[in-house]
Amino acid sequence: MENNSLSWKIGGEAGYGIMTTGFIFAKACSRAGLHVFDHAEYPSLIRGGHNTYQVRAEVEEVFSHVKHVDLLVALNKETIDRHKEELAPGGGIIYDGGKTPLSEEGLGREDVKLNSIPLLRLAEESGGRRIMINSVALGASVAFINFDFEMLSSVIRDVYRGKAKETIEFNIKAARLGYNYVKSKGMEEDFGRRLPKVGGKKRMLLTGNEATGLGAIKAGCKFYVAYPMTPASSILHLMAAQERNFSLVVKHPEDEIASINMAIGAGFAGVRAMTATSGGGFSLMTEALGLAAMTETPVVIVVCQRPGPSTGLATRTEQGDLKFVLHASHGDFPRFVIAPGDVEDCFYKTIEAFNLAERYQCPVILILDKFLSESHKTAEKFDVSGVKTDRGLLFSDEELERIEEFKRYEFTETGISPRAIPSQRGGIFTATGNEHDETGYLSEDKTVRTKMMDKRFRKFEQAEREIPEPKLFGPKEVEVTIIGWGSTKGPIREAMKLLDRDGIKANFLQIIYISPFPKNTVSEIFETSKRIVIVENNKTAQLASLIKEKTGKEIEHKILKYDGRQFFPTDIYQRVKEVL
Amino acid sequence: MVELADLKTVGQPNWCPGCGNFAIWHALKSAIVELRLEPHNVVIFSGIGCSSKMPHWVNTYGFHGIHGRPLPIATGARLANNNLTVIAVGGDGDGYGIGIGHFIHAMRRNLNITYIVTNNQVYGLTTGQTSPTSDKGFTTKSTPTGVIEMPINPIALAIASEATYISRGFSKEMKHLTKLIVDGVRHEGFALIDVLQPCVTFNRKNTYEWFSERVYKLEETGYDVTNKQAAFLKSLEWNGRIPIGLFYREIRPTYEDELPQIAEAPLVRQRIEEINITALMDEFV
Repeated sequence: MENNSLSWKIGGEAGYGIMTTGFIFAKACSRAGLHVFDHAEYPSLIRGGHNTYQVRAEVEEVFSHVKHVDLLVALNKETIDRHKEELAPGGGIIYDGGKTPLSEEGLGREDVKLNSIPLLRLAEESGGRRIMINSVALGASVAFINFDFEMLSSVIRDVYRGKAKETIEFNIKAARLGYNYVKSKGMEEDFGRRLPKVGGKKRMLLTGNEATGLGAIKAGCKFYVAYPMTPASSILHLMAAQERNFSLVVKHPEDEIASINMAIGAGFAGVRAMTATSGGGFSLMTEALGLAAMTETPVVIVVCQRPGPSTGLATRTEQGDLKFVLHASHGDFPRFVIAPGDVEDCFYKTIEAFNLAERYQCPVILILDKFLSESHKTAEKFDVSGVKTDRGLLFSDEELERIEEFKRYEFTETGISPRAIPSQRGGIFTATGNEHDETGYLSEDKTVRTKMMDKRFRKFEQAEREIPEPKLFGPKEVEVTIIGWGSTKGPIREAMKLLDRDGIKANFLQIIYISPFPKNTVSEIFETSKRIVIVENNKTAQLASLIKEKTGKEIEHKILKYDGRQFFPTDIYQRVKEVL
Repeated sequence: MVELADLKTVGQPNWCPGCGNFAIWHALKSAIVELRLEPHNVVIFSGIGCSSKMPHWVNTYGFHGIHGRPLPIATGARLANNNLTVIAVGGDGDGYGIGIGHFIHAMRRNLNITYIVTNNQVYGLTTGQTSPTSDKGFTTKSTPTGVIEMPINPIALAIASEATYISRGFSKEMKHLTKLIVDGVRHEGFALIDVLQPCVTFNRKNTYEWFSERVYKLEETGYDVTNKQAAFLKSLEWNGRIPIGLFYREIRPTYEDELPQIAEAPLVRQRIEEINITALMDEFV
């Protein structure tokens, strides 16, 4: 039997390798040629507390996780208690009956299959330690779906690369014992789901943060500086690991204030620089954000949102910082705000962010969230053939020599003034956070102030005309248009599949560039669409309120979620149906 | 060859007449001339405050940033282009107040940066409030009954923070100060030059006269600049006699020395077009 799709979940106590185990399963599915989307849930603790990792694998492309679980691996009793309701009819639980005695009556579900496997005994038999129950469970899982064991063992080898040879072999042996146990008892026969191995091109399996890091490296980011903060930290880890391979300087300094100021210093000196953080860290950066704007220094800032205010839910997800990044720092100044929705967006938009920062000489903010930052998705290898490096108006040494008086902040028609960087003869100037004249010299003159403000905004008016239009997924003529931004893209695209199955025609307008705002396209959608709903992972419908500010149109139907968890496709599907 | 006239800018400093910053300004320019630095290869970074306007009045590249942050900005620029001569200038409020975290971390990093702190023990630009180096009991607008806490000791703090060139100048001793700046820039590593710089408007206690009665030059006493323990003891002298000059010097690899990525060429000289990420993408398969 082949169903071509599986939703697998492993749960257990933090500190028991749930993340690695889940990732190995996801990677094995990806290596088998399947499309994968995974996501992990964990509290802000290192040991203790409940962790889960859910992997969805299908033959067709998948854009998000789903609510139901087909196969639940319970490394402890808590996993069963918390997640039994998520099990799809016909689903199965893998658990250690010796440790956690369980009956169908006790479970309260007769439509799922209990598969007791002596995880602990087999882990000990493998010669490894107790923690290897997760490898036993991995082997057992693979047996249930008829997967090639070699596929699993090759992934274990790769993921544990760098660990002691002994550790790797113990884990493989533990997985083998789990696999054999299921097969010898024919346990898999009752479980109705199988995953096929699919040939074809090998895909990557990566998170939004990893795609962002790859984009930054490809874009020529040479200086990356960040203070660790969930869920932005994995960009720092990736960049640090690649420091010597790509000749980057990666710095973890004393705080976020130092991070952004260092990035600004590097940008001023002519190097592409980036920093990343979450809301709390970005709060600390806001003064320097204004400095980048006033000195017209290119800098890229990644804000990986998590629920606030304050420390909020440190390891959960929310889209609560849109208005914050749009208005952060005092005074009026333009900044780009770009919201990637999936790993492809993360890669290509990060490259674009560096080009825009230099082209317009201003700060560019990429806004992600925990769900996008940390969920893995399969993706074709990125097509870098069209990638261009736009360094904007940067004077060459020869050009500077020909200029009689270099004015760093010259009033030009576009508002963009050609730049010089330290070490260029003839380009000497002082960048300042104070208002200044065309040369960069301090000025409080009212005419200069007005003209300088107009100049800074003039380049943004040009940017408004140059940025790409929002992307519309689905047909033009529909019953309902869904508007969203950021990581809701995946669940919305999955919800569209469900609506389509019911014969409901829907499309999806993804707003990627939020500043400058694509006023015309969004206004047009109000003319052409019968019904509009907005989907946002926040309490106050921040994008809807921006749309009202920019277009005067009020969106009546708002689908909002702000419990620290991302939307499931079915949440959106059901709410859209209620609107119709 | 650079001359003093080449370092002149259109504007003139607008410090109060008699301000200690004028001497520091002259000393800085004289040091650049003596070091034969080309102005386009020098960048002066500053934060906010009276002294932080310095970059506008020296004709090199400059970056006049925000309060307390000159060192992180200088650090970013230095790592981006380690061929630049990087000088940071800030006041005691800027460097020892809001920016003290950056100050400590910059020292332990030992980046090749020269940091001149114009220390007048009072907040000048905000019209005379207490600063982190104000003497205990000093009365100001924000401490009308006298400062309760003890002052920061920048020299002792620098020793504890592993700085590799630690000195103190006095703005009345311009030639001596010029030499400290020249030595500090030549020093391979982080060089602190804390400058006693009387504020003629708001500090009526720590005046030129007050300092003149107390300061003496360490180098005239047969002092050993390589003895860290002795340097620490020396850094504690304040109320009776006040030492100026070089307290401590150590040769240690700089932060830049430890980065093979920039051994061949500064980051800014590395090509960023056509970076090949094929092998990196393969790691994710």
